[in-house]
Amino acid sequence: MRNNGILRIVARFLIPLILLFALYIQFHGEYSPGGGFQAGVVFAAGWILFVLIYGLEAGLKVIPQRAMVVVMACGALLYAFIGILGVMLGGHFLDFAPLLPNAPKGAQQAGIILVEFGVGMTVATVVMLIFTMFAGRKSQIHLIDGIPDSEPMPYPDYRQHDGNNDRDTHRQPEVHD
Amino acid sequence: MIAVAVTRMRDLFAAAMLFAIYSLLSAALFVLLDAGDVALTEAAVGAGISTILVLAVLTLTRRYEHSVHRVNWPALAVVSVTGLCLLWAVSDLPDFGDPNNPVHTHLAPYFINNVYSDMGIPNMVAAVLASYRSVDTFGEVIVIFVAGLAVYTLLSVPPPRRPRRKENDAKREEPPA
Amino acid sequence: MEFLGHYNYYIVIVLMMIGFYVVIARGNMVKKIMGLNLFQTSAFIMFISAGKIIGASTPILRDGVDVYSNPLPHVLILTAIVVGVATTAVGLALTVRINETYGSIEDDLLSEEEPDEFELLPSGNRTPEKDTPES
Repeated sequence: MRNNGILRIVARFLIPLILLFALYIQFHGEYSPGGGFQAGVVFAAGWILFVLIYGLEAGLKVIPQRAMVVVMACGALLYAFIGILGVMLGGHFLDFAPLLPNAPKGAQQAGIILVEFGVGMTVATVVMLIFTMFAGRKSQIHLIDGIPDSEPMPYPDYRQHDGNNDRDTHRQPEVHD
Repeated sequence: MIAVAVTRMRDLFAAAMLFAIYSLLSAALFVLLDAGDVALTEAAVGAGISTILVLAVLTLTRRYEHSVHRVNWPALAVVSVTGLCLLWAVSDLPDFGDPNNPVHTHLAPYFINNVYSDMGIPNMVAAVLASYRSVDTFGEVIVIFVAGLAVYTLLSVPPPRRPRRKENDAKREEPPA
Repeated sequence: MEFLGHYNYYIVIVLMMIGFYVVIARGNMVKKIMGLNLFQTSAFIMFISAGKIIGASTPILRDGVDVYSNPLPHVLILTAIVVGVATTAVGLALTVRINETYGSIEDDLLSEEEPDEFELLPSGNRTPEKDTPES
């Protein structure tokens, strides 16, 4: 996929726009349809597009798997933290009114923004992690078996077979040994 | 029609593509039914994430399913009986689009009238999701976090070293001509 | 006519039954998971169509609109969609593991009572000396 010029150029143009659009959906979720879940899924879709074009190794250099696991937990913890903050400042669990006692509307909006950000972080990293686990399985099988894969490719083979591109396969991560 | 085609297709790759089309059509249906947030989520999740996960699994397992030569009569009987019971139960439900539904007279007027005075944000769905019904959203974040953990745990076990058995090669399907 | 007033529910029931048939009548596990998703999506359509008011518009406060559709089903379905993708992901992970351990994901092959033809494959975390297939 890396050597296909059209895909590479279009992806280089589209991936920053997709990530920016995900952030737009996240923070504009109060004024237009959007919010945490949609933003998280679109962000993960942008990263998955990057991995499809440039390979899983390049994708894991951008966002390593360890960072995904940590951010996943941080999103859920942020949500719980906002909830407990409500209790500590004198209200119920997940009560936003005590956060800013002088501005009731502002407190609700602040609480909503923080909570949606936590949700967006968790959803994005969970989807990226799930994709990483599935996509990395094939190379693990190759490493353990030590034999080249002889399964038929799950899509019709439309590549032109020129001499130097025979190793380039779709959705199989590059294994450097 | 698309649902029936997904049922009958033996080529799972084509079935996955049809499934993505089905998700996109239901997202368009959600837009017609005035659900902006839900349409965005369903388009991103159904046509994006579900499809790519199914395709990733197809590279790890077989692409074609075994052919089914006869209609499964007990399953068809169960499905027909259930369908008839549901059709009979639907006759008690209120009409489509009626403003005097019990659905629309219980909590919805409170939300619609009070969202702007309580919170000052226009998007009612985000307000209800993040502030009025915040604990449900917390539960959902925990659910998707647990799903990420479950996939991480399941696919962290290295794949077994497969001896190439002759039955495995004989059972491998040829693509239909 | 009462029958024509419920046409959205009839469509939902047809889709739901198709999804249900796929889950119980097809043996391939990936096809079953797709059928489960069909079933879930039809349930979402039912909720959203129950929340629609004819002549209303999207529940976002703006000028010039005075009748809004009910926002409460939208909230429930947002949660349900995300839970649905979580279930699909875990189901597909289980399918991958079943395929690696038993060599197949078809129901009729997995339920055969012929243990010698269908030995459990050795798992990868034993040391190589003890790594023999159980028969």
